[in-house]
Amino acid sequence: MAVDAAAVRVPAAVRTPRFAEVAGGGFIVGYLSLVVLLPLAALAAEAGNFEHAVTNREALSALKLTLGLALAVALVNAVVGTATAWVLVRDEFRGKRLVNAVIDLPFALPTIVAGLTLLALYGPRGSSGINLAYTRAGVLVALLFVTLPFVVRTVQPVLLELDTEMEEAAASLGARSTAIFRRIVFPNLLPAILSGVALAFARAVGEFGAVVLISGNLPFKTEMASVYIFGRIQSNDAAGAASLSLVLLLISFATLLVVGALRRWATRHDRQD
Amino acid sequence: MIARISLRVGVLMYLAAILLIPVGLVFWRAFEHGVGPAWDAVTTPGAKHAFWLTLEIAAIAVPLNTIFGIVCALAIVRHRFPGKGVLNAVVDLPLALSPVVVGLSIVLLYGRDGWLGSLPFQVLFATPAMVLATIFVSLPFVVREVVPVLREIGTDQEEAAATLGAGAFSTFRRVTLPAIRWAVAYGVILTTARALGEYGAVRVVSGNIEGKTQTMTLLVQDSYDNYDITGAYAASVLLAMIAIATLLLMTMFRPREERT
Repeated sequence: MAVDAAAVRVPAAVRTPRFAEVAGGGFIVGYLSLVVLLPLAALAAEAGNFEHAVTNREALSALKLTLGLALAVALVNAVVGTATAWVLVRDEFRGKRLVNAVIDLPFALPTIVAGLTLLALYGPRGSSGINLAYTRAGVLVALLFVTLPFVVRTVQPVLLELDTEMEEAAASLGARSTAIFRRIVFPNLLPAILSGVALAFARAVGEFGAVVLISGNLPFKTEMASVYIFGRIQSNDAAGAASLSLVLLLISFATLLVVGALRRWATRHDRQD
Repeated sequence: MIARISLRVGVLMYLAAILLIPVGLVFWRAFEHGVGPAWDAVTTPGAKHAFWLTLEIAAIAVPLNTIFGIVCALAIVRHRFPGKGVLNAVVDLPLALSPVVVGLSIVLLYGRDGWLGSLPFQVLFATPAMVLATIFVSLPFVVREVVPVLREIGTDQEEAAATLGAGAFSTFRRVTLPAIRWAVAYGVILTTARALGEYGAVRVVSGNIEGKTQTMTLLVQDSYDNYDITGAYAASVLLAMIAIATLLLMTMFRPREERT
């Protein structure tokens, strides 16, 4: 009796039945269309062209400020996030588990609460004595708050898996600790750092809740792109709001493409599919 | 040794200045005038309504996203089909997209001149639009938690179950689902936290009508705008406590290999 080799490896019953495949596929497409794709298509249709976003001075200024601050946030996170991940993995001190748990707080805390929280410390009558309300520095602090976990959480697992043997070998051959970090640790962490930075950048570009209270939304000074869009919606200028929104949407897509490429690059040695 | 300690101190000081002291201060500010005023502020009819509305929206959005998340993860890991890259990108998009843009898209679709502007029931400035916005922003979490686990467990056990005569459905229920249940639970925690805490997207689609379409996060902002500082901080404390509960659950459910 001939044995069908393919049937031995994958018994027919394991394959999803045809009707389930069709139903599942239909469900996914229908759900995503209703929730994500149709609304975004409506946005793209309303935006039409980028005319408003690139000709309105206030819109341009908000976009420039947003991109500049998001870049600054990305740079700070690259350094501080990597340092935090390193301390959490390689250092030992009391209360480390607590610190590790607290890192995720900005993910769990509603953004409007985050904004109010920062006003309590850095606002007018704030407890620190430093008043950052209605300043770009205040917006920067708010963005640093909400993006804090990204780099830490992408770098930490890579650092955990990184074998210390290479570093020990380098040390026994006489390399200094800065050289070890620069030549061995850093290259291994780079893809993770970059994808964390990209996610933090995207988050900072779109952030609304955390900045809306502390920024004061002064046009040409502290007005972020998302807050500008919100203002356009409030004054019934759908076309103007949609125009800048489409720019933000394209930035988000581009960032995700970069993150996807980085992920494929980082896992190029151990992927099956 | 000195470098190690100064790095540790530097990181901890940064965390304190950006994260711990501000969050701690919110608790202090809320109870500055005692527990009474804070309690009164979160038990007004408007606040109670906001609380229940927030729960209602999450109670619809989270189960839907959980079912979608499991089906979508199965499709991504176990099936080959054209457009998988696009599917991955669309599922990740809410992580990178501004919530205001999400809200505006829904307003444009269901607004007066929108393609779905003349449905027989009210969508915009009512619960349906707020649910849609919440589903959008909390879409990726279950998918992203379940995909790596599905990839890791492989298909050996499912094949064994199938050879022993189990049908596709009972294989899923008895073999696959138990294997991914912790990842699903972790994803559900993240989805719930995001659903309860969403502000920007809900703000745009809700109209922020007190006692009607005001959620907890909108109440915080509304109280602050009306100089009801105690009310704003009290509602914030309630949300912060939900966030801290989320953190505790996340620490308990976090997959083994990520723990330090």
